[in-house]
Amino acid sequence: MSEKTILKFSDETAAIAKKIVARYPEGRHKSALIPLLHLAQAEFDGWLSVPAMDCVAEFLSIQPIEAYEVASFYSMFNLKPVGKCTLEVCRTSSCWLNGAEDIVRHLEKKLGIKEGQTTADGMFTLKTVECLGSCGTAPMLQCGGDYYENLTLEKTDKLVDSLRAEGKARVYTNDNPVNID
Amino acid sequence: MGKKILLANDHIEGIRFLDTYRKHGGYASLEKALKSMTPEQIVEEVKTSGLRGRGGAGFPTGMKWSFLAKPEGVPRYVVCNADESEPGTFKDRYLMERIPHLLIEGMILSSYALGAKTSYIYIRGEYFYVARILEQAIDEAYAAGLLGKNILNSGFDLDLHVQIGAGAYICGEETALLESLEGKRGNPRIKPPFPAIAGLYGCPTVVNNVETIAAVVPIVNEGGAAYAAIGVGNSKGTKLISASGHINKPGVYEIELGVPVEEFIYSDEYCGGIRNGKKLKAVVAGGSSVPILPTELILNTAAGEPRLMSYESLGDGGFATGTMLGSGGFIVMDEDTSIVKNLYTFARFYHHESCGQCSPCREGTGWMEKILHKILHGHGTLADVDLLWDIQSKIEGKTICPLGEAAAWPVAAAIRHFRKEFEDFIRNGEHVNDVKHYYRLNNLTAPIN
Repeated sequence: MSEKTILKFSDETAAIAKKIVARYPEGRHKSALIPLLHLAQAEFDGWLSVPAMDCVAEFLSIQPIEAYEVASFYSMFNLKPVGKCTLEVCRTSSCWLNGAEDIVRHLEKKLGIKEGQTTADGMFTLKTVECLGSCGTAPMLQCGGDYYENLTLEKTDKLVDSLRAEGKARVYTNDNPVNID
Repeated sequence: MGKKILLANDHIEGIRFLDTYRKHGGYASLEKALKSMTPEQIVEEVKTSGLRGRGGAGFPTGMKWSFLAKPEGVPRYVVCNADESEPGTFKDRYLMERIPHLLIEGMILSSYALGAKTSYIYIRGEYFYVARILEQAIDEAYAAGLLGKNILNSGFDLDLHVQIGAGAYICGEETALLESLEGKRGNPRIKPPFPAIAGLYGCPTVVNNVETIAAVVPIVNEGGAAYAAIGVGNSKGTKLISASGHINKPGVYEIELGVPVEEFIYSDEYCGGIRNGKKLKAVVAGGSSVPILPTELILNTAAGEPRLMSYESLGDGGFATGTMLGSGGFIVMDEDTSIVKNLYTFARFYHHESCGQCSPCREGTGWMEKILHKILHGHGTLADVDLLWDIQSKIEGKTICPLGEAAAWPVAAAIRHFRKEFEDFIRNGEHVNDVKHYYRLNNLTAPIN
């Protein structure tokens, strides 16, 4: 029997979490659950393991099941390990009309995986997702909180190559630069 | 050129930042309101303006505000619905990313009018970078004394926070949004009670869409009557339209309500016509939930009148021959589009996004997706069209929240207006007379989960 893994927020993350909890009226700290699950996912390798969810529940003094039931409801929370970069290609109407399927098939070929899978080197996970509100700049994909829009097969290739060269994990964190045109 | 109210300054460099926003008249409404207007007067102006909820339902905002209960000693909340997830809709994202202070100013005005001391902007998790833009703008506003204690020396206090979601279309439904904001699964609540009586933490709450709240700024500044002077019939003011699909100029356009649909699609001021010189086949005029209309019915009503971009004109003819303005998610499809395949992407969407609380929606959306998947893969039978019709009719009106209708209406409308295309697809096992999409369909290999 292995010992139960216990995860704890880093001091830095715990300080951010405390600030978030202070946004709500007294006794309503459970409202911080979703923002804190995001923090946990970013801190613990891009997915929510049971110890990661327990860490959030412990921080908020709520029952672990309250964290599990919420984590399992929302599609942005990964309940299984993912690659360093998750490529989330929008597949709904406007993106489909503009060739999203070609992008997905191209990525499958390029990465040698099917949608929903992770590359053997743990670099990429390929997902299709529902409308990301980028219909006027379709087709598009999201990676780690950044939108990549008006995609072509060439642009997709370039993106994958640059992410691979960078080799870094892309998660939703406050470190992402805010860049709009 | 139509009159622009919300996006009049969206092209100005740096309008995202407080200094520039103020230089161009930003926060003048707030100063006016806090110095010279009572909360009741603001509510009256909003009523006079005829503003209707811009998230999709089109409910009169002033009326919604007047329903808010005001028991002594109980806090009230204003919550902004920035969960924009209706396929085809991206106007709120554009507004927040370009002019975040317009939303913040609207939130302060609305909170003052409704007596809220703490307010939240609930934004979909995927708009993570937009949430950061909002947070930076909120920090600027606090530093300038526009948020926090004693705003502009008026004695009015307000704290404003951004709450991030985590990927759930259903959280755009206002009671599901409140559940999510309370840290729970996004299951819509049974109504009544409505949020105006028991909303966030059981307290009286108003939930309004981003664009609705932003519109309060010009309404306070220019007066409700000036806003009501724009538009046509009961469609007052301007509306942000998210235009996408097979058009030359996709993007967000602010229109005066009442612009003819034909002008909106073909004029260079807006969509700039159909891409690659193709012909128009169909339009989904107000986000994925509203009925799709073929060319002849979207350009003109059944009576032959030109169809206008307004609540009444788009609704003319009911669902038999009309549609809805909805969220303003305007998806244009050219002559090569397979309606069956497009409907499949919608059906898959609603199945994915059903919260699972009500059986008709949870099961029905799954069945509709499966049947369409079967048709797409060449295994459909003519009876499947009737089966689809039967299923959608058993979802509509039988669920706690309108996701049921939202899932049923697109299926019903596609069959109503394009039945022959479904039958041709089934007989031939593929989309007929459509070389381009025939290629794509043969490449559709994803199994259904």
